[in-house]
Amino acid sequence: MSLIPENRLAELSGDDVKRYSRHLILPEVGWEGQQRLKAAKVLIVGTGGLGAPLALYLAAAGVGTLGLVDFDTVEASNLQRQIIHSTRDIDRPKVASARDRIRGINPDIKVITHNTRLSSANALEILRNYDVVADGTDNFPTRYLVNDACVLLGIPTVYGSIYQFEGQASVFYAKKGPCYRCLYPAPPPPGLVPSCGEGGVLGVLPGIIGCIQANEVIKLIVDADEHEGRSLIGRLLLFDAWQLKFRELALDKEPACPICGEQPTIHDLVDYEEFCGLKREEAEVPVKAISARDLKARLDAGDRIQLIDVREPHERAIFQFEGAKAIPFGQLIRRKEEFNPEIDAVFICKIGQRSIYAIRALRDAGYTGRMFNLKDGSNAWARDVDPSLPQY
Amino acid sequence: MSVTIQIPSALRAFTERKSEIAVEAKTVGEAITALTNLYPDIRPHLFEEEGKLRSFINVYVAGKNVRNAGGVEAAIPDGETLTLVPAIAGGAPLGVRL
Repeated sequence: MSLIPENRLAELSGDDVKRYSRHLILPEVGWEGQQRLKAAKVLIVGTGGLGAPLALYLAAAGVGTLGLVDFDTVEASNLQRQIIHSTRDIDRPKVASARDRIRGINPDIKVITHNTRLSSANALEILRNYDVVADGTDNFPTRYLVNDACVLLGIPTVYGSIYQFEGQASVFYAKKGPCYRCLYPAPPPPGLVPSCGEGGVLGVLPGIIGCIQANEVIKLIVDADEHEGRSLIGRLLLFDAWQLKFRELALDKEPACPICGEQPTIHDLVDYEEFCGLKREEAEVPVKAISARDLKARLDAGDRIQLIDVREPHERAIFQFEGAKAIPFGQLIRRKEEFNPEIDAVFICKIGQRSIYAIRALRDAGYTGRMFNLKDGSNAWARDVDPSLPQY
Repeated sequence: MSVTIQIPSALRAFTERKSEIAVEAKTVGEAITALTNLYPDIRPHLFEEEGKLRSFINVYVAGKNVRNAGGVEAAIPDGETLTLVPAIAGGAPLGVRL
């Protein structure tokens, strides 16, 4: 059955005919397909790198109702890829900036903004009003939350995900194929995979993956599978922007999947931070922090301190941390004998996140010396101690 | 028998940024062990402490997931490619949630 049943088809106006003529003359979309698009309600979770092209193209294509969920505000570092926001939008809520841009492209679209964090408490309430959910989130707890809520509500999720040069896309629709949990039963523990905030991302990459998601959203709405098309249900598309390579992998529904399998054990939303190990992390022994100014004062006073820079070589090329020993994050455990547990060690990364994971990993590996995290990383050093150095 | 292992972006920090590594192996287990011998820092990202493949990494051979098709015992035909497909989330530092 189509996602938009006959009795919901929307009337097209004379202006619609002009605006959407290139769709109307495609036999596979046509009048009825455009009616379905106009009637459709699509929720875009996240108005960042993936959400930007999703929202722009779905608005242009005439999806009648677009919901946007995001709690964040626009920052300068977003503009390299989040093309729905402009320089003048810095510090504005992302959903407000995105709504204005959508209205500029297509004033006929109804935009519903949810300026909130999606959580187990509000997800079902928000998602149940939509026909399709496009997942443009940037973290594991929200991905599992969106997946589970969609499976429980019987809604398809159009999935996209990016890291550095690589993207993944699929359509998870438990009624017809696998869900995200079939592919990844459990997330990586925090700290194992660096985030884009630390690992970086090629700006065009979310544009490409987000466009593929927009394409799949439109295909679901116009029922492409019934018109000689083929959705990404049961297929995982991998894209490597650097090698310019697309690959397709088969995705099977997992009979033992705890939410969409033969004997599901999950019947309601759970605590996704706990599931993703973030609660455990809070319960761990806290990592001691030192501010950039305090570190400078201790160094100036002649304290003996081992400075350990866990950034990657290409980051050190942006600036060298004077007097620091460079040991990239991935080599720390193997090289822990190079540290002297008698002397305080300060760990340095870009924003003070990897350094926390570095300290935890060394502690777990049995290192007994005193360890400090440089709070807010090398960026804080550049901001508070030596402004001649770049924040990146 | 030569097998090409495709390394995803998320794991290239452990392979000197190389995207493909050729190893000699007959099975998935042999191929991944050969990879971890070449690049020991990648090991904790692929295996749990008890030696089981991690559940957030899928291993594909010839376009098929080996999880329910032999796992580490699955045979790899000569000249075939093994693709590691980790879960990626993108965006914000872990712990910062939408």
